[in-house]
Amino acid sequence: MSRQSNRTTESKKMNSELFTLTYGALVTQLCKDYENDEEVNKQLDKMGYNIGVRLIEDFLARSSVGRCHDFRETADVIAKVAFKMYLGITPSVTNWSPAGDEFSLILESNPLVDFVELPDNHSTLVYSNLLCGVLRGALEMVQMAVDVRFAQDTLRGDNVTEIRMKFIKRIEENLPAGDE
Amino acid sequence: MADEALFQFLHNELIQYVYKSAEHGEMENGRCITKLENMGFRVGQGLIERFTRDTARFKDELDVMKFVCKDFWTSVFKKQIDNLRTNHQGIYVLQDNKFRLLTQLSTGKQYLEHAPKYLAFTCGLVRGGLANLGVKSIVTAEVSVMPACKFQVMIQKM
Repeated sequence: MSRQSNRTTESKKMNSELFTLTYGALVTQLCKDYENDEEVNKQLDKMGYNIGVRLIEDFLARSSVGRCHDFRETADVIAKVAFKMYLGITPSVTNWSPAGDEFSLILESNPLVDFVELPDNHSTLVYSNLLCGVLRGALEMVQMAVDVRFAQDTLRGDNVTEIRMKFIKRIEENLPAGDE
Repeated sequence: MADEALFQFLHNELIQYVYKSAEHGEMENGRCITKLENMGFRVGQGLIERFTRDTARFKDELDVMKFVCKDFWTSVFKKQIDNLRTNHQGIYVLQDNKFRLLTQLSTGKQYLEHAPKYLAFTCGLVRGGLANLGVKSIVTAEVSVMPACKFQVMIQKM
């Protein structure tokens, strides 16, 4: 069998494995470096934030998505364009609050946890917390302050992974936020 | 590639994190490099297992190295190694003329001293990959002109 044959078509997939495994190595390192899960969660969120504030530029440049008119449109863009583009999945947008300022992203599958099992002694670890930071950071750069957190996680035995996003306010002044 | 931007950002954060935590504690440059290298090692081990799942058995060491230069490199960095040299005594030099993780840095001399940070993870990646194929090695990297770099693989005889 020649080795070259089926490799080119698969290459994109491989790249996501690289990402998944690298992320795993990072979380492992954090768990070694910090005493408790809370600290790890916080650090992951912070790193995600740093990624988000940069990723948004890449996103806007490549997706050619224009300004969103309301939060519903933002939700759709995040789910159908952003997640698709970077993680290759399309979460569904549901559970809108009556005021329309809060919704859930339901992830059928989460590429970050492809090879992951949580050991018992890390029950409060939010493994994919990086994603929250990414969303928060990216939206902050387009003048939206949001609160993002994991409501459900398959790693912890839930049926689906649910990210809850809440709109807090529109950021008026356009000053660059503290880049950590 | 879409995933790639994400990986590059993550890789940058990895470096930032390791070096930031070194500022607080007492950790010198070498320890940071080792830490990054170790992370890469683990990832390399995992990747090579998946990449070689359907391949035929390797003939010899050179065959393994060729696989790393072609398939492994293409899967990870979207291009092949540009030049592979060996002294046939256990030393291989892999040259990449446009190394992916350096392309975002200026090509001038300005950031040359920071280049090793951006290569440590990949050194580990290669070492981990080789280790899982039964080849024990030491991998180092050097940059003289960005974004080209050379990885030197020294095979450790068992």
